[in-house]
Amino acid sequence: MRVGAAIDVAAPPQLVWEFVTDPARYLHFMNGITRWEVTTEQDRGLGARYRTLMRVGSAEVGGLVEIVECDAPRDLAWTSVTGIDQRGRWRLRGIGPTHPARTRVELRLQYGVGGSGIIGWIAEQVAAPAVRENLRRSLQELRRQAEHEQARAAAAARRASSGGGGR
Amino acid sequence: MAPRQPSAARGGPRRLEAMDTETARRPSRNGHHADGDPLAATPGPKGGRAGATRDTGHGATEDRPQRRSPLERLVRAVAGGARARVPVADLDERDPDFIRESLPGQWLLASLWFRGEVRGLGNVPEEGPVLLVGNHSGGNVPADSLVFTLAFSTYFGVERRFHQLAHNLVLSMPGLGFLRKYGLVAASPENAAQALNSGAAVLVYPGGDHEVHRPSWEGNTVNFDGRRGFVRLALEHDVPIVPVVAIGGQETALFLGRGEGLARLLMLDKLFRLKVLPLSVAVPWGLNVGDFLGHVPLPAKITVEVLPAIHLREQFGPDPDVDEVYDHVIETMQETLDALASERRLPIIG
Repeated sequence: MRVGAAIDVAAPPQLVWEFVTDPARYLHFMNGITRWEVTTEQDRGLGARYRTLMRVGSAEVGGLVEIVECDAPRDLAWTSVTGIDQRGRWRLRGIGPTHPARTRVELRLQYGVGGSGIIGWIAEQVAAPAVRENLRRSLQELRRQAEHEQARAAAAARRASSGGGGR
Repeated sequence: MAPRQPSAARGGPRRLEAMDTETARRPSRNGHHADGDPLAATPGPKGGRAGATRDTGHGATEDRPQRRSPLERLVRAVAGGARARVPVADLDERDPDFIRESLPGQWLLASLWFRGEVRGLGNVPEEGPVLLVGNHSGGNVPADSLVFTLAFSTYFGVERRFHQLAHNLVLSMPGLGFLRKYGLVAASPENAAQALNSGAAVLVYPGGDHEVHRPSWEGNTVNFDGRRGFVRLALEHDVPIVPVVAIGGQETALFLGRGEGLARLLMLDKLFRLKVLPLSVAVPWGLNVGDFLGHVPLPAKITVEVLPAIHLREQFGPDPDVDEVYDHVIETMQETLDALASERRLPIIG
């Protein structure tokens, strides 16, 4: 089963990239995520592994995932090592020709349990609305935090420039 | 293979009517314990009145021929046959791939039918052997087990060794052999020791059939019937106890009583180590005697709370008193069950 959600963020791709690659931020903006724990020495980038859990229905579901694609600041993809089968992808695309100030953020998640047959298919369908809602809310929270960060950075830049002009 | 018992302990069922529930009894063949506490082993770590065995006046005659009535001989013969069918624990029968493939079905049932909710799984130590001690509800269709084992498997992954101790009869029932793939093993000190030695998390319901068939109006009471075998087991293997408190299971049918007198009358305790012949009103049977074929559970909301691990020697000193630990576990679990009960507004609805 593949679910996804997308949103436009008023912040450049590089800033959004900082959010989606930092495992420490996941518990703060990912809705339904109860665990996003680094299990490797490197905490981000290709080969980094995380133990992840998302509350869906009566259980926290997830497993060990590994980053398998890291193309800054555009694509970040992971795949499951243990737990339920899953593939996830952050897809960031700048809106505008050069130095884009806005980013189109897409989050895709493909999940399932191989070998579980028709029951597994039904479970995937039943879980889909809850998972999709988690992704949608996560993107909304990501936008809020990223735009707040962007506004804070802009204010700091303005202060710096006005302070410089006064001298 | 489970280690064999000393010859003196390998007898058939004994008459133990004189023994109270606070006395540890001896193990019998295949880990069967006529007292109803399948984890009651030979005297283990010191401490407490429960750690002592009492001479019943029968055990000493184990190796001597006895005069028995024809009826008693018949009962013993049938019981011996029934017990011979009890599978010996083979931990390799647990099949992680099978468990993983069945998770979606369990998840559907637990989420849609029982609206299951499990809290505090982070209290279970991340690795190593641990004894999960739960209260048990729901008759022969214990929904709390389903909800908890699903949550455990998805939280820690099916790769983590996880065994559940069950009544021998469950594993002997035709058609239920597949439960061994989930890690279910017959409850006995030997099997529990084997599982803990393998580094597994072991789930035990000390109350067993006594607790699971309690009347619905006692649903919010933890009742282990004085069975302290789990404490001795944890001490012997030096593993933490993690209490697991569940509510809602006793609302999946209207449980009327255990029918202990009826079970004694029909000698089920001697034949199958069944101390109860429960009565309930359940779907689709109406009046349900014995619950041998199970029932369709009502969609009661099941909530499970996992409590912080109790490291016995850290908390109770190097030589803990079994009774003190037992009382502490019961008290802690009952307090949590009371709190969970106070959250519920209506039966079944939750």
